[in-house]
This record gives sequence, structure tokens and C-alpha cells, in this order.
Amino acid sequence: MEAGWWGVLIAVLGGTIRIGTPFLFVSLGECLTEKSGRINLGLEGTLVMGAMTGYAVSLHSGSPWLGVLCAGLAGMMLGALHSWLCSFQRVNDIAVGIAMMLFGTGLAFFLGKPYIQPSAPRLPSIDLGAWSDIPQLKAALQINALFLIGIVVAIVLGWMLKNTAWGLKVRVAGESADAARALGLPVDRIRIMSTAQGGFLAGIGGSYLSLYYPFNWSEGLSSGQGLMAVALVIFARWQPMACLWVSLLWGGAAALGPSLQSVGITGGYYIFNAIPYIMTLAVMIITCSPRRTLVGVPHELTVTR
Amino acid sequence: MNDGAPPDLQTLGITKRFGPLTALKDVNFRLRSCRFHALLGENGAGKSTLVKCIMGYYHPDEGTISLDQQQVTIRSPRDAQAFGIGMVYQQFTLIPNMTVLENLVISKAKLTPIINWQKEEHQLTQFMEKMPFKVPLTARVGSLAAGEKQKVEILKQLALQNRILILDEPTSVLTPQEADEMLGHLRAMTLGRQLSVLIITHKLREVAAFADDVTVLRKGRFVGSGKVSELKITQMAEMMVGSEVTAKPKQRNERLSKVPKLVLQNIRVKNDIGVEVVRGVHLTIHEGEIVGVAGVSGNGQHELVEVLAGQRQATAGTIHVHDQPYQPTREKIMRHKIFCLPEEPLQNTCVGRMTVAENLAFRNFDVEPHAVGGWLMSRPALCRSARGLIERYNIKPPYPEIPIQSLSGGNVQRAVLARELSADVEILIIANPCFGLDFLAMEEIRLQIVAARNRGTAVLLVSEDLDEILELSDRTVVMFNGRLVYETASPGADLAVIGRHMTGHAT
Repeated sequence: MEAGWWGVLIAVLGGTIRIGTPFLFVSLGECLTEKSGRINLGLEGTLVMGAMTGYAVSLHSGSPWLGVLCAGLAGMMLGALHSWLCSFQRVNDIAVGIAMMLFGTGLAFFLGKPYIQPSAPRLPSIDLGAWSDIPQLKAALQINALFLIGIVVAIVLGWMLKNTAWGLKVRVAGESADAARALGLPVDRIRIMSTAQGGFLAGIGGSYLSLYYPFNWSEGLSSGQGLMAVALVIFARWQPMACLWVSLLWGGAAALGPSLQSVGITGGYYIFNAIPYIMTLAVMIITCSPRRTLVGVPHELTVTR
Repeated sequence: MNDGAPPDLQTLGITKRFGPLTALKDVNFRLRSCRFHALLGENGAGKSTLVKCIMGYYHPDEGTISLDQQQVTIRSPRDAQAFGIGMVYQQFTLIPNMTVLENLVISKAKLTPIINWQKEEHQLTQFMEKMPFKVPLTARVGSLAAGEKQKVEILKQLALQNRILILDEPTSVLTPQEADEMLGHLRAMTLGRQLSVLIITHKLREVAAFADDVTVLRKGRFVGSGKVSELKITQMAEMMVGSEVTAKPKQRNERLSKVPKLVLQNIRVKNDIGVEVVRGVHLTIHEGEIVGVAGVSGNGQHELVEVLAGQRQATAGTIHVHDQPYQPTREKIMRHKIFCLPEEPLQNTCVGRMTVAENLAFRNFDVEPHAVGGWLMSRPALCRSARGLIERYNIKPPYPEIPIQSLSGGNVQRAVLARELSADVEILIIANPCFGLDFLAMEEIRLQIVAARNRGTAVLLVSEDLDEILELSDRTVVMFNGRLVYETASPGADLAVIGRHMTGHAT
């Protein structure tokens, strides 16, 4: 029994990274988009579209990395479409986001029908656990390069938002469109760029789902990661590095159910699996108060205006 | 950088139309090098339009702009900046969530792709040493007082090496001391031949004290121009409004009673980010009395008014109305007739897309005759009541069935005042009632407020305009940092003492 609990812990650790990685990419994408003053609820659709694109390209080309790139590009296109639509007068980004979510998933299912059966080449993983002879630990430390890339993206994004002209412009557009226009900044273009880049990251997050874990393409692939990213970003106070920790937290919560199941604890399986959603609800309730607004929230976001 | 004196700015025959409306008609104006020039005029006189033409926001339909007798075309604020013309707007354009340093850096015309914060900070510190005033570079702009923000705005323009500075009502959010300090600095810089200054203002006192030249606009036309030293204040005011100004003292009855109507005890309130901004307010207002709350904006007045209006919950303290504990439920509001005219009434107490008649009936739509039997709305009755109020309060245009957001600011203000005064109001809470109104609308609204007082209403008047408070109120209290720190009878109040309390320099 002792070893069993250790097994759970190790499995949760491995699952944290495995399940947290798509959260990381999607939340970084959403973070960047929101920093520029828009909310992209369509990232759920972007994620699914990215998963399908990545899987299809990997299957046809034989190169999973090309699949990842194309997934990013597909996400980028959806992001650009979203923000282009939003740049018209009086178009609400929440409504467009919901439409884009349905559009993205619908398009992915439509185009992805032929890819449900065949098996595409998988993204390779890096064996960080080679030194150990405990099989569970070995399995847990099989880490995908995308996770490491995600960490780098989080660090670089945080640094760029603070220390580059580009980052400053994005933040000004997100804080005050009027101020940005007074400075002669093209607010709509900045937002289109940021949303497209955010879509790129979300698309990559999608390709991780289909090309690494759970490694298949089906219509039930995504389980709301794209939508939960919005809550994650709020929880992370719009800071990329915090997005990393929050994604891992969510990944850990999601890994709990499967890990317990693997040692034979099946009671309350569905409750354990629901933990990420419960956490999302809890975050929304805790952070929303009628008496105060959030610190750090970009002022141009429609939900806060 | 242009090392000589700032250029001579001249406009010739500027005309600007917006559809059928002619906002500016054939305006000639000249800002001489190194002068402090005031642009005077009532609201809607075209001052802002003229300045926006100079800044390149608007493109004049006719006329030319020249610098040092060279005709120039200014298509955008960027162009204006290239010519060394900068503007400080009435609303701050700073970003509250960023530091002073970040705000100053972002406004630079050219940013390096990677920002070397150390170098920028060093350069700006050096730059600020040459300036007459200083602001902490690492402070978050949102945490600065209005006067400090204004300084940052000015520093921003000067850091951009602009030689002509245009300021749109720069002192409207400042205390008298802050205003004098700021204008004094600008004046010194014009005397030092570093800068030409053009300020848009209503305040004749500031013109008389600081400006060299003055130009007056009225209804989009040039009325007159001259040296301030050769003009009297009454002459300037006359040019502004078109006839002799007779500053009438408001007709007021002697106060008869000493019955307390509204009693606030130890009211504490938190703002949107959880900071306690009202920190123990005690105040009693009697029947037939106007109590003016003076103070620089951001010292808790806004939140205090929201509590009294029922838009925010106090964290501690009690409100008593007519000796009974009061919570702003609809039932108690109606029983005690405690009504409210908050600032920006269109956003705060109107539904912009609903009609004037509907908005006018917000206090009584659910009672006879508007609601037959208490539930069925009667449009004819609504319109009848609305027409009565529209006529009595001179709301224009006089149509009850148009959306209230299509009315001008002054008329929205009149409409809300009509609604709040219509039901024999007992207690009236008012915040900045004349913000952005023209002279006539302002007078009318002030007369209505005093008339309500004379009928016995207890009035709490919160205003950023000290003149307004002294003109209307019986008693003045000063709010600073969430507390009422000073109280005086309004007639004969000492402006200097009030100003010191407003800035917290009263020791």
C-alpha cells in the first residue's frame, strides 16, 4: 500500500506536466490576447482545430513537428479572423468568440472525419527518467519537448511584455485604446496581431493533444481547456510566468482522477475528474466581487469595462 | 531639437463644419512666440474645435495654419508633434496601470525594440532635474493625485521637446494652490523663452493672473483679442457671454429651523480595489440647508455619494434620516424622499436608450397614475407627466418619446434634476451638477438647487468647483483623504484656509 501511494504521487507529478502542457499554451495565448484588450473565447475552437490540423499534417507528411507548426498556423488564422471581426464598430468580442468556438470545432470535425481511424506519427518525448529504475518514475519523467518550449515561451513572453517596445504597445492597447490612439498606435492592428499570435499558441496546444497526449484525433478530444484558459488567465493575474504555475496546478488537478484509478481507487472517479472544472468555478467566484475590481486587469477588456 | 525660440503660430480664416453645423467660422488667431495665451469662451464656443484643428485631429474646411509665417499642413497629432506642438487634454491620457517611467517612455516618438529601462530612467531623471517640478518615476500613475498626473502630462510633452504647449482646461481638477503652482511654472518657462503656452479656460481669475494675451470665441466666431494687461475682467467676461455679466447673489430665505434631516455617523467605504477611501465621515444636514463638500476629486467624495445613492455598500457606520435608520431600499427612498443627482447622470442614473418620458418616471413609474392598479403601465400618463416636467424645467428638445441619450449634457442634467425634484424631495444629494455645462444651463440648475433649499430641502452638494460651493452652500466642509477635515460657514469663508485643507497642508 505504501508503494501504491508513492505511485499515485509520481503519477500525479507526471500527469501534471502531461495534462498541464496544453493548458499552458492556451493560457499563454489567451494572456497575450487579453493583454491587448480583447477576450478570445474562441480558443476552444482554435484548440480543436489545431489538434485536427496537427494530426492530419503529421499523418500525411510523416513529421509530427510539421504538424505542430501547421496547427499553430491554423490557430493563427482563426485568431486573426476573430480579431478582424472584432475590429468592426460595435462588434462584441464575447459574442464573436462564442461563434468562433463553434465555428472552429465544427470545421475541425468536418475536415477531420477521415482522420479518426488512421494512426499518425507521435511527437517524441525526452526521457528524463533514464537514471531511475523505478518504472513509474521513468514513465512520469517522459517529458515532451513542447512542455520545455512552453516554459521558454512563458519566460520570453513575460520579458517581452515588460522590456520591449512591442510589449509596451500591446499593454497600452489593452489598458486604454484612447491613450494608444493619442500616441498614434494602430490599436486594431496591435490587437489583431496579438490575437493571431495568441491563436498560434493555442493551436500548438491543440496539436499537443492529438500528437502526444492523449494522442488521437476524435471529437471528444478537448475537454474545455480553451474555455478554462480564460479562468486560468484571471487566476494568473495576466502574468505569463504565473500562467505556467497555474497550468501545472490545473494539470495536477486533472491528473488526480486517472492516477487514483491506476492504483485501483475507482470510487468517486467522476468527482475527481471534475476537479479542474470545480476549481474553475471556484476561481471565478473568489475573484469576482461586486465591491472591488481585479488588480492587474487590462482596462479595455469588455468584461471589466 | 529646435534651439531657438518657439515658432509663431497663426491661423487664418479657419472654418470647420460638422454636417449642417458650423463649429468655427473664419477664425483668426495668433499665438506669439514665448507668450502665455488664454483662449476664452463658453462651452460650445468652438475652443476645443479650434485647438483640434491645430493639433490635426480635425481638418479645417477652409483657412490655413502657419508657423513663423510658413504655411503648414497638419494632418494628424503626429504631424503636430513633428512641428513641436503638444497638447495636454482635459481627460488624462496616462495609463493608470503603468508607472510614470513607462508612461513617459511609451510616448516617445521612436522606441528602441528592446527597452533599456536603466538608461531611460537615467535620462529622464536628468531631464527632470532641469524642470521646475518633479514626479517620482517609479510610482504607478493610478496612485498619483490629480495635480501630479497633470505634471506628468506636462512633463511628457516637454520630454518630447515640444515648444508650443496647448492645455485644455488644465486646472479643472486641481486645487487653487496646485493650479497656481502649475500655471506659475508654465509662466516662468514662457518668460525663460523655452515655451509658448495656449490654455483653454473658463476661469477669468487665472487669465488675469497668468496670461499675456487673450482671445475670445463665441458661437464659433472670433470675438476679440488683446493683451490681458489692457483688458478688464468684466470686459473679457462680456466678450465671452455677449452681454454684461451680473453676478447675482442667489436669493435665499433665512433659515428657520434646526431640524436635522440627514445624519451620517462614522461612515466607512471601500473603493473598487478594496482600499478604504471613506474613513469615518460624520455629518449632519438640517432642514433648508445646503452643505457643500469641497475637496480634490479622489478623496472619497465619489464613493460617499454612491453610498447615499444606494449604489455602494458602506463597510461601517450608520445613516439616519428623520431620526430613523436608513437603508436605500426603494420603499425607504420613497418614504423619506431622499433623492440624488450624481455626477455624469446619463451613465449613473439614466438608461440612455430608454425615452425621456421613461427616464423621468424612474421614481414613480410603479404608482398611480403611471401604473394602473399598480402594475399596468400607462404610456399616455407617462407622456403627460413628462410633458409637464419638460415644460417646467425647460428641457430641450421638448419631446418625451426620444431616447434620453440623444439630449445634450445640460438637458440630461435638467431632466434628472426635474425627476429628482418633482416629488417634494426632502433630502437631495448632488455631485458636480454643473460639470461641463454652459453658463446659462449652469445658472438655471443652481437656481433650482437653491429654490429646493428654500422650500426646506436638505441638500448635500459635492463639487470639485469651489466657487460653486461657496456660491450655493450655507456651510462648507472639506473632505481630504476620506475624512471631513474642516468646516466653516460659507459666507465669508477663507479661500486660502480651505485650499490648505483640501491639499492636507493645514498645520
